[in-house]
Amino acid sequence: MAKSGARRVERPAPEKNNGPGAVQAKTSIGDKSRSYWAHHRSSFISACSRLLGAPVQTLMTSLVVAIALALPATLYIALNNVQQLGDSWDANPKISAYLNPRAKEEAIQEFIEKLRGYNEINDVEYLSADDALRDFQLRSGFGETLSELDENPLPPTLILSPTKAASDPDTLKRLGDRMLQEALIDDVSLDMEWVRRLREIMILGKKIVIALAALLSLGVLLAVGNTIRLAIENRKDEIIVAKLVGGTDGFVRRPFLYTGLWYGLFGGLLAAVIVGLGYMSINQSVQRLADLYNSGFRLQALGIEGNLTLIGLATLIGLLGAWLAVSRHLSQIEPR
Amino acid sequence: MINFSTVSKRYESGQEALGGISFDIDAGELVFLTGHSGAGKSTLMKLIMLMERPTTGQVLVGGRNLSRIRKSQIPYHRRQVGVVFQNHQLLFDRSVFENVALPLQIAGYQSREVGRRVRAALDKVGLLEKEKHNPITLSGGEQQRVGIARAVVNKPPVLLADEPTGNLDPELSAEIMNLFAQFNAVGVTVMIASHDIDLITRLDYRVLTLHKGQIIHDGFLPKGDQHG
Repeated sequence: MAKSGARRVERPAPEKNNGPGAVQAKTSIGDKSRSYWAHHRSSFISACSRLLGAPVQTLMTSLVVAIALALPATLYIALNNVQQLGDSWDANPKISAYLNPRAKEEAIQEFIEKLRGYNEINDVEYLSADDALRDFQLRSGFGETLSELDENPLPPTLILSPTKAASDPDTLKRLGDRMLQEALIDDVSLDMEWVRRLREIMILGKKIVIALAALLSLGVLLAVGNTIRLAIENRKDEIIVAKLVGGTDGFVRRPFLYTGLWYGLFGGLLAAVIVGLGYMSINQSVQRLADLYNSGFRLQALGIEGNLTLIGLATLIGLLGAWLAVSRHLSQIEPR
Repeated sequence: MINFSTVSKRYESGQEALGGISFDIDAGELVFLTGHSGAGKSTLMKLIMLMERPTTGQVLVGGRNLSRIRKSQIPYHRRQVGVVFQNHQLLFDRSVFENVALPLQIAGYQSREVGRRVRAALDKVGLLEKEKHNPITLSGGEQQRVGIARAVVNKPPVLLADEPTGNLDPELSAEIMNLFAQFNAVGVTVMIASHDIDLITRLDYRVLTLHKGQIIHDGFLPKGDQHG
């Protein structure tokens, strides 16, 4: 040891830059945080250009993400539309009261006045048997056939619009039951019945969509995770060198997380395109069908908010998938 | 600068690589580590790099007890130790410049500073005009010099080299050793593992000789002596 000490005397004095700790001292905290963000930015950009550099592989993975997410998104749109269909009736429930066909006109008018006095009833619309027939001929397209009938098969009808307060299914049901007691009324039909059933079906449908979306998202998570695992495997040398020269886990992790994020983003964009194309392809048919049913129904698209949510969720799932792969596989790659 | 006290390393396979060795290397020293393959040279360097942890004993680098360095702190320790490998460990998917720049980018240097330091390091090893080349197009000796530039680019106080001349002919080996001597001359503590006894004997530096995990010689080799 003494000898080595002696040797050192012969050497020139160390430059002050080369002293221990000089490395840390020369980068200020401001520089560090700037370069931290610079590395985020460069990882973000280089991850993207890497993916674009292998377009086929990128497209395949993105398509897996897109198809898996387009399916629940489409179901979601379908559900929303069915719900919208239900809601438009739900908003103004009506009770159709079919009157005895032999009821006298005066008796009917008197009855209408009586009904208008009910505080559950907002309005009463009277459709005489002739009105009903004319209306039906106009709307149904059975005009010719109907005019050949000897007798009008339709009963005179009262359409009762309940007040807002009486619009909930239970009150409506009670009101309907009370109407049945009336001598003039033969039958009552509540528009609510099928709306209630529809509502239950919708709740079930939503649960199915959520379960399906969860399952498919898990699939996406694993697909992205597996792709990232391969990317890690391919860049093993780089990871080892980075770790050898003092790269932190965060530094090594970052490019892969951004790769996952990009896969998710590409997949989400593709999913939005797929759903949009699907919408466009059936929109006109639905519109024609709705017109044939004299309905003002229009197919609802996913909308800007829905599309942004889809893309955002896809990006998040991509990032999560990458995180999964990175946390599992990156720690196994250590310089030996 | 580097202190080992009764350090032993037994691998999980049961193989004992180091058997309780102690030595001190002062700041600014250049030391050769020699011995047959399997004598424990690589293990000793891995302990300094924290690629392995000792089974017993303590390793201090720059006064820091390595056993107190947590796993998350290892990267910061490694930035203080430059390493040169026999197989270079260069990345062939990027240019010479980018290879050398990696430690600086990791340590968080500004890009202008990175450029300045990388060129200074490449100039030092005489490869400034090859900065845009892919390292795969370079000769073995040039690749090794790129590896050296990368090891010293962030001016670590300690420089380790594991068989840096392993695949090179004597003339190139001498050139590489001369480079290490130059870094040492500006105060860097250098440790070179090598079994090139001829070369080591010609250069007049302290030599640690390992044999079966023990230090069997520590000091200067008399000219012509063939230890190890």
